[in-house]
Amino acid sequence: MGIERSTIEIAPRVRQIPGTPVIISPLDEIFNWARASSIWPMTFGLACCAIEMMATGASHFDLDRFGIIFRATPRQADCIIVAGTVTKKMAPAVKRVYEQMPEPKYVIAMGSCACSGGIFRTYSTVQGVDEFLPVDVYIPGCPPRPEALIYGLLKLQEKIKKERGRWGFWR
Amino acid sequence: MEELFKEIKERFSKILIKLEEKDCPVITVKREGFLDFMKFLKDFGFKHLIDLCGVDYLNYKPEKKEERFEVVYHLYNLEKRVLIRVKVPIPESDCWQYSLTSLWGTANWFERECWDMFGIKFKGHPDLRRLLMPEDWEGFPLRKDYPLYLEEEREWKVYKEFKRKAKGELS
Repeated sequence: MGIERSTIEIAPRVRQIPGTPVIISPLDEIFNWARASSIWPMTFGLACCAIEMMATGASHFDLDRFGIIFRATPRQADCIIVAGTVTKKMAPAVKRVYEQMPEPKYVIAMGSCACSGGIFRTYSTVQGVDEFLPVDVYIPGCPPRPEALIYGLLKLQEKIKKERGRWGFWR
Repeated sequence: MEELFKEIKERFSKILIKLEEKDCPVITVKREGFLDFMKFLKDFGFKHLIDLCGVDYLNYKPEKKEERFEVVYHLYNLEKRVLIRVKVPIPESDCWQYSLTSLWGTANWFERECWDMFGIKFKGHPDLRRLLMPEDWEGFPLRKDYPLYLEEEREWKVYKEFKRKAKGELS
């Protein structure tokens, strides 16, 4: 028989047994698909990048069509978009918000300042948010256009879709 | 305006250093007897303290300055719509100025900022703490001899410790 002959591939790595409502797929695929299609970012704006982030969330660019809905509390968020300059005084607060998010969680560094400190090589500015957070996607730009932010979020979706058994031993 | 100049010249000749007419009248006075002078201006009609800031004239090229610091006040007469500027030179060795909090409540945070950035103490201020920088910050960032970027050994200790801990968690 063989699984290839008795089933049909209806989506990448998802196979259906013909004539039945049964699909066969790795569990990873299902979870990753669900996660990638409903990234809920934390509303956390620090500087001018936050304005661009708001614009991306608003009707013209409309993040809702990717299932990306901003949440006002870290407890309900999967992803933190660090939008703007992080000062050394602010750093513990950013870290704390990140720690309050439930797993699985992702970090996007939006803008030059969050990526590397940008033009602010000064006494009070963190030289890149990766000094204390595990960043998944870096989006350069000062500030990045909404298109760039959307591209970054799509890259994050791609990254999530490629994960294999990252969150727990039983998968 | 003439009336004001005349009265200042008569009553405050002892503390008056300079009286110029630039974009607005600029009055430079000595620190001694400064509070009486401000009281007089307030009674005269300049009821609104717009702005209070410090200036560091270290290595100032265009002009030879006797004292290193200067505190600048902007006052506004709401009825006659007149703006005036009052400057008070502060020597580096004896770095303090009288607080204006008894006359204007607005002066409270202005003076805290000035203390934070320039290290000019304000005598009579009810709660002179740092406003922008963290409480345990060393040095005064807007002084001209303060470096723009703090190298590893001079970095703020709290942030250094925070970064070290975060590095341990990340790896």
